[in-house]
Amino acid sequence: MTSFVFRRLLGVIPTLLVIVTLSFFLMRLAPGGPFDTQRRLPPEIQRNIAAAYDLNKPLYQQYFIYLDRLVHFDLGPSYRTKDFTVSELIAEGLPVSARLGLGAMAIALVFGISLGTLAALRQNSAADYSVMSFAMLGITIPSFVTAPVLMLVFGVWGVKFLGHDISLPVGGWNNGAVANLVLPIAVLALPETAIVARLVRGSMVEVLRSNYIRTARAKGLPEHLIVLRHALPPALLPLVSYLGPAFATLLTGSLVVERIFAIPGVGRYFIEGAINRDYTLVLGVVIFYATFIILLNLVADLLYAALDPRVRYR
Amino acid sequence: MTGGASADTALDRAFDVPGRSLWADARRRLVGNKAAVIGMAVLACVTLTAILAPLLSPYPYDATDYGLISCAPDWWPGSGAMCRAGGEHWFGTDAVGRDLFVRVLYGARVSLAVGLVASLVSLILGVGYGALAGFVGPRLDELMMRFVDVLYSLPYIFLVIVLMVIFNRNFYLMFVAIGAVEWLTMARIVRGETLSIRQKEFIEAARAAGVGPFSTILRHIVPNVVSPVVVYVTLTVPNVILAESFLSFLGLGIQEPLTSWGVLISQGADQMESAPWLLMFPTLFMAATLFSFNFIGDGLRDALDPKDR
Amino acid sequence: MAHTSERDRLSPAPLFQVRGLDVRFATPDGEIHAVRNAWLDVKESECLGIVGESGSGKSQLFLASIGLLAANGRAAGSVRIRGEEILGAPERVLNRLRGSKIGMVFQDPLTSLTPHMMIGTQLVEALRTHQHVSETEARRRSIELLELVRIPDSRRRMRQYPHELSGGMRQRAMIAMAVLCAPDILIADEPTTALDVTVQAQLFEILRDLKRELKTSIILISHDMSIIAGLADRVAIMRDGCVVETGPTDGIYYRPQHPYTKSLLQAVPRIDREPGARKPRAVSAPPILEVKDLEVGFPVSPDSYPFSRRKSLRAVDGVSFEVSEGETLGIVGESGCGKSTLARAVSQLLPARGGCIVWRGQDLARIGNNDIRKLRNEIQIVFQDPLASLDPRRTVGQSIAEPLFSLARGLSHSEIEGRVRETMARVGLEPAWINRYPHEFSGGQNQRVGIARAIIVRPRLLICDEAVSALDVSIQAQVIDLILSLQSELRIALIFISHDLSVVRRVADRVLVLYLGRVVESGDADAIYRDPRHPYTRALLDAVPVPDPDAERARPRALLNGDLPSALDTRASLAFLKSRMIDDSDAQQYRPRLLKVAPGHFVAEFDGMSEPLAGSQATCAVA
Repeated sequence: MTSFVFRRLLGVIPTLLVIVTLSFFLMRLAPGGPFDTQRRLPPEIQRNIAAAYDLNKPLYQQYFIYLDRLVHFDLGPSYRTKDFTVSELIAEGLPVSARLGLGAMAIALVFGISLGTLAALRQNSAADYSVMSFAMLGITIPSFVTAPVLMLVFGVWGVKFLGHDISLPVGGWNNGAVANLVLPIAVLALPETAIVARLVRGSMVEVLRSNYIRTARAKGLPEHLIVLRHALPPALLPLVSYLGPAFATLLTGSLVVERIFAIPGVGRYFIEGAINRDYTLVLGVVIFYATFIILLNLVADLLYAALDPRVRYR
Repeated sequence: MTGGASADTALDRAFDVPGRSLWADARRRLVGNKAAVIGMAVLACVTLTAILAPLLSPYPYDATDYGLISCAPDWWPGSGAMCRAGGEHWFGTDAVGRDLFVRVLYGARVSLAVGLVASLVSLILGVGYGALAGFVGPRLDELMMRFVDVLYSLPYIFLVIVLMVIFNRNFYLMFVAIGAVEWLTMARIVRGETLSIRQKEFIEAARAAGVGPFSTILRHIVPNVVSPVVVYVTLTVPNVILAESFLSFLGLGIQEPLTSWGVLISQGADQMESAPWLLMFPTLFMAATLFSFNFIGDGLRDALDPKDR
Repeated sequence: MAHTSERDRLSPAPLFQVRGLDVRFATPDGEIHAVRNAWLDVKESECLGIVGESGSGKSQLFLASIGLLAANGRAAGSVRIRGEEILGAPERVLNRLRGSKIGMVFQDPLTSLTPHMMIGTQLVEALRTHQHVSETEARRRSIELLELVRIPDSRRRMRQYPHELSGGMRQRAMIAMAVLCAPDILIADEPTTALDVTVQAQLFEILRDLKRELKTSIILISHDMSIIAGLADRVAIMRDGCVVETGPTDGIYYRPQHPYTKSLLQAVPRIDREPGARKPRAVSAPPILEVKDLEVGFPVSPDSYPFSRRKSLRAVDGVSFEVSEGETLGIVGESGCGKSTLARAVSQLLPARGGCIVWRGQDLARIGNNDIRKLRNEIQIVFQDPLASLDPRRTVGQSIAEPLFSLARGLSHSEIEGRVRETMARVGLEPAWINRYPHEFSGGQNQRVGIARAIIVRPRLLICDEAVSALDVSIQAQVIDLILSLQSELRIALIFISHDLSVVRRVADRVLVLYLGRVVESGDADAIYRDPRHPYTRALLDAVPVPDPDAERARPRALLNGDLPSALDTRASLAFLKSRMIDDSDAQQYRPRLLKVAPGHFVAEFDGMSEPLAGSQATCAVA
């Protein structure tokens, strides 16, 4: 088991290297530099700026300088926001995005797994069809549609629930107040829940058809034991493999959500940086997210091995 | 065999029992799947109206009319304070007075085109790469798949955004970039299928019968790999359309004066309170189309690889 | 449609009673009537054997009885256990019975055990669901039972996962799990079909012991009449969902009444019967195929380090034999002996690593591409799985014609079609079916298609790689007849590979016995079957059951214990010559020589062998 973990860890490094290199050269390919759109500066000042940001050195040297800084967790200064380094910007936005992302993921997993399992257990019944219809809706309607709709219903119009008026704020962070979190997390979690539900239902249906479930029934085990102990772990395996891509989807969704709800997270910095050609910022965010996903994939692999003993000793 | 024998053969042929191929079986199952059939019908309608767009409305899609800003269609329910568009503005007008109906149809053209072309790009990339990986020896295959694993870790949309920014929202690049988002999964699927087919006994039998490698690929491997590929392409199109709409929402996709459903929806979301029809119609069309593709894809999957549902 | 050979006296409240059971399945292709109006009784401590071919409904009958039918199945009728009606009972009641009063063992132990749970956990769970015992007590009883079914080192096994056990051990664990609560009835559905014959023999002893010690009634379901003969007290024969005949074992086997029963008994290949009138053998015809010291290997990585040292699995490790025109060579062995690999190496589908194959005087290692094509004209192969060896997207006509397209260039389309129809008729298929697809045919018909495809180019050597193993007994007999008649008509040399020694007895002139890639005995079929010398051959022959109840009951205990060893361990091949074994699993081991014990009869060296005659088999003339 330890050799398994060790090997996977080793595999992470070349992956990261490829991503960093790819991103670096990609950004350098872009026509124009970070200071082009500002007013014309006198050549001397241009030279000074270029020297200060290492832009005058040959490309491969810039690359190695960047790598060197990276190892020290220094993502470089943000070209546009003069007073902040990229690391600082990311660190500022991270708790916000993290809360959003983790909240959405948790909801998606809890609801998705429960709904998917329910649908599989009552295959082809009304419950099954309604869960699957909901899933279809969640997947096809984009988040930039659900967001304004939900904002309208819960924020502007208000909703009566159990005699109370529910009106949620339609934007802003407000230091992470729960009321501000509800709508963004809901919008973010919806498509994810749908995907998880579909995945779990499909794989659960397959598992319930296996021979070993038949054996468990032949032993006289009660249904809840069969589902929880015998069916669920193998049924969750495809979901575990999907964790990495699931988070990537979540990150993508966060771009929309942070924009619409005016939430100061990492995603918002990314878009601004892309539009303003802030090399280091964009690179920094991409590397940051990529590293996160890679580590998540590693965790997913470990989880997979924990659920399926056949993988461990390969 | 002499000429007399071929006359007998012709006679034999008259009594031959027709066979029921797997494709015929699949077709039968697909036609019996109500959701898929409805999906196909809806898709056909949308495509048809998109193609016939100029004939269906007297208004050009970019003709502004500042006298009819954000006006509801005549049949829209509601109190009198709202502005009514009148004329043949079936869906009302948008913030600069353009007819929404024709814009939705032109948006359909663009979105469908992007969907199909980008899916084609991902198909070609994915099938090419996946088939190659399935054919070369195990070492090279492992290398190729590790590369795919690496790329899988990239938050792809981010790269697409970067690309769109770098190359200044180039229209054609968008097709390629969006297509490049989906090819990874296609490559994995094709490689998996190719590997599994190659191990089947009838491939060995073909070798024993003296069939050369190229003929084996053409005659035996391709027809058996086609099914999962077709299913996946059908399910890729809605993802691509969503990706395009996402980019357009961020302002990085389709640019004026062209329009797509994504652009229309983003414009409609801005005006949601005052002119809800601007959001409603493009959303409805896009949702219906995406549903259709999904139903058809699911139907194809069940038809081509049936397990008792 | 019950046809009983004698009125079964119903003793008061038989333990298990089925009356008028009817099972139907609703499928998209129409309704399937799996079981029709079945009547059965099982008494206390009795073993009832259920014999039926595929589609007879034998499994569905019992699955329906204990409520394990698939969702699209409907059962009607009555099933009583100790007088209590259980058909259609609520899940609560069924769960109380299943596992505690009725135990069930299924066919494929690998997929029938939960892969992510330890064996011990699954056993303990079976016990604690029905009885109030502590965890420790449950574990203790589980270990006891694992020992009862002869699983060595049972304490360690409790903590292992199903995929870490061999096939035979898994099945034994399943049996242990099923009898843990001392049920009244044990239903065993084809328990040994997936296992090797020596392992099967051990398993049957275990079942016999269980019946004797625990007094459990056993319902033994199988397609193989020979297996049932030794264990069953009474037998029921099923066909197309009906019970066509039931009665005491002796009555069924020695005095069958129903025509179907008679035809089944007739069709079963028997190892104890002489094959009957055989064609006179060509007197010392020169061999057309000579194989000498053939070696075929696969690199395998025992673990998946990317650049780990790859061990080589010696699938075929120095095999030599000859075949003459018109002669049939039978190659027998259990799983892992390399017989399929051998077949593929001879037909040039796999590369050989060493040794030589000489076909009609030409060394196959040196042939060019053009000659390969000529070779494929002359050597053809019939595969085991009829459905898997045919491309499902092509008609049978296209599949049969395929060799002609590649190998017999210059034939027109109508000529090819004519040949296909002709060949179809020859193998017993209607030429009018030329446009049908494999999934529209039965297993037997598909195998005829495979044979047609192989003989359409008029080969000189036909290799049948387990060609009849996947077929029902009655179909098997017909296909064997077909192959034999084709052989004599076309003067084909035949290499018949099978794990089923009874079948090989029927067809072979000479026999080669393989063990872990090596020949342990070779010679005339009569010599080998009547006077086997090598201990492995003797154990193999002893383990084969015959459809003769008296013979089966008098059978001595099995000679071999345990499962087949792993081929990666080089010590395994010296299991019978331990005196020469080096105790290191990777070392290059001594290779036992083939020694002559009688004219044409060769035996590999083994401990305790008597003095051989002079002369051993020729080795490859390395050029």
